[in-house]
Amino acid sequence: MLKALEGSQAIAETVMLCRPQVVAAYPITPQTHIVENIAKLVANGRMNCEFVSVESEFSAASLVLGAASAGSRCYTASASQGILLMSEVLYNIAGLRVPMVMTCANRAISAPLSIWNDQQDSMAVRDAGWIQLYCADNQEAVDTTIQAYRISEKTELPVMVCVDGFTLTHTLEPIDIPDQDMVDAFLPPFNFARALNPRNPISVGTLVSPDFYPEARHSHHHALLDAITDIVAADADWQELSGRSAGGLLAADGPDDARIGILTLGSIYGTLSAARDEYTDLPSTRLIRLRAYRPFPADALRRACEGLTDLIVLERALSPGYGGIVAAEVHSALAAMDSTPRIHSFAVGLGGRDIPLELYRKLHDTISSGEVAPFSIIDVDLDKLPMEDRGLGRAVNG
Amino acid sequence: MSTQEISLEKLRVRQPRFEGIESGHRACLGCGEALAARLVTEAAGPDVMIANATGCLEIFTTPWPESAWRLPWMHSLFENTGAIAAGMESALKAQGKPTKVLAFGGDGGTFDIGFQALSGMLERGHNVLYVCFDNEAYMNTGIQRSSSTPHAAMTTTSPPGSERMGKRHLKKDILSIVASHHIPYAATSSVAYPSDIRKKVRRAIAIEGPTFMQIHCPCPLGWGHEGAHSIEVARLAVQTGLFPVIELERRELIGSMPIREPRPVTEYLAMQQRFRHLFAKNDSRAVEELAHIQALADHNIKHFNLRGEGADALDSEGADTVRRGGMRRS
Repeated sequence: MLKALEGSQAIAETVMLCRPQVVAAYPITPQTHIVENIAKLVANGRMNCEFVSVESEFSAASLVLGAASAGSRCYTASASQGILLMSEVLYNIAGLRVPMVMTCANRAISAPLSIWNDQQDSMAVRDAGWIQLYCADNQEAVDTTIQAYRISEKTELPVMVCVDGFTLTHTLEPIDIPDQDMVDAFLPPFNFARALNPRNPISVGTLVSPDFYPEARHSHHHALLDAITDIVAADADWQELSGRSAGGLLAADGPDDARIGILTLGSIYGTLSAARDEYTDLPSTRLIRLRAYRPFPADALRRACEGLTDLIVLERALSPGYGGIVAAEVHSALAAMDSTPRIHSFAVGLGGRDIPLELYRKLHDTISSGEVAPFSIIDVDLDKLPMEDRGLGRAVNG
Repeated sequence: MSTQEISLEKLRVRQPRFEGIESGHRACLGCGEALAARLVTEAAGPDVMIANATGCLEIFTTPWPESAWRLPWMHSLFENTGAIAAGMESALKAQGKPTKVLAFGGDGGTFDIGFQALSGMLERGHNVLYVCFDNEAYMNTGIQRSSSTPHAAMTTTSPPGSERMGKRHLKKDILSIVASHHIPYAATSSVAYPSDIRKKVRRAIAIEGPTFMQIHCPCPLGWGHEGAHSIEVARLAVQTGLFPVIELERRELIGSMPIREPRPVTEYLAMQQRFRHLFAKNDSRAVEELAHIQALADHNIKHFNLRGEGADALDSEGADTVRRGGMRRS
């Protein structure tokens, strides 16, 4: 049944349906509504779990690591500075191959301080060894959270479900929250083979010499690559049960004869889709939305890009001193195609900057010359900068 | 097959002790921490789960693919041991299991980098016994000063020289800070007194809630003494009054190990190379520092009322001779 729910409330109710035994979190905007709602569900007796309000994100991640290692299904959520603070633990959780799910309510990184949405936070921990799934809307956030537990416990890899802060977390949408029986049918109780247990004592997190370290990394890397199968399977199974797909590895839509593609991650897809409907005079365009960013679905991406002459990669983060993070990976993945499209790379909507529908027309104008423009941040007004900084950017690709 | 009747009383004495840590680990000769960890796990018994901070104890017990642990044991990071233990406890609570959680950290992982996670764990009242193996410096990285390093001690980052006499600052009073979280039980102990460690571990384990033990553990390499002298050095730390062995309940002092005959601090300091600059000839600074350290010991003795009233089997001279398991009737 569709209900008008705020994204955060929908995520909290979904987490409840997944029956985590331990939830730990530390407040940070825009994640707060999620954990506040969970606290309320616990306080009202609707949700039965150990809810621990810890003293930092570092301890939030550590606490769920300890709890999952002791055999409990766990959940945490964070954003921005919180993700950076817990980054050491995120690497540790993944390296120890401990299953859990966390929501990243995507937000910009300080400095300058910004509480608004972009995706620099989850991009900063892209190499932590977690599975990263990006949601286009709140229904997907609900469905992806449920699938994330299945994927995580199957692969013994932690899963980060990325939802754009405010744009999704604080927005009311009609959302279908599945019933408990459906989730129970999809998600069997957590049974962690390597759980700590006094009857069968094991040592976890030991010191590894150079003789073993590369093997451990190899195994982790390939577990992530293999998780591609599990992400696809979880979405297919969920679709069978609920009638809804959350996008598999990636979703591509648009006419087969489209020569222009726009690739994005997260909620910006909705804006572009609306713009495409609005600007019917522009050349037909394929919209590609990466749902799985780690593991990186290179094969699926190549298939999705067949026939394109131009691919615009729009991302909500950047690697200063280089440019587009996702674009670099797309470049490398598409290099193996017989006919590689021209790849145009832009950062957009940084620190919560509005992304208007007109962006769609602007992008088409920008690539119409047939040249590949260097990476740039869209909508930068040089007049806002001090005089001495207005000349910056002249030495592009120095 | 022959059978043998053994009385229950005798069985208790004869049965092999539970060992949480196997022999064969890679600690240095005379390592106080290895001995203390063995004593703690023996006393705690098999139904425990351990969160271990990064440090010597973690390194020398678990060089993959070997492990000295006979208990469910986990090392995550340096500074999150309190939170890892809190997570284990939350999980066990959710699963309805009685297993007790132990957290192990060195002084660096407890006094310094792991302090916040420890404070959070204590404040939230998790049912965890946190044990700090205090060897008074970052020994695993090569003897750097921590906030537990005693005043005037030489470490690689507090070297004495023409402008310095070792560490300039005082040893942090971690027990008072920990006890200020209003936890039910916080105690110090010393590896020189195994029966004291056992007694306190059993006591702490029996309490539902956060408890804390700080165990003084000499490090022959870091302190600069022979491995064979570890127990003697540890005992002198107690007998001089420099390391008071005390118990606090809800912040109140409820017990201390009496000192039968306080020894001068120079007896303790002279055994260790880390204090050798305090015995330099014709250095007035050394004389001053020795007086300062003696004053610290005297203050402890007065403040905690450590002076015994005569010979006592459980005082600083007697306690180390008491047999395992405490005094018996026969």
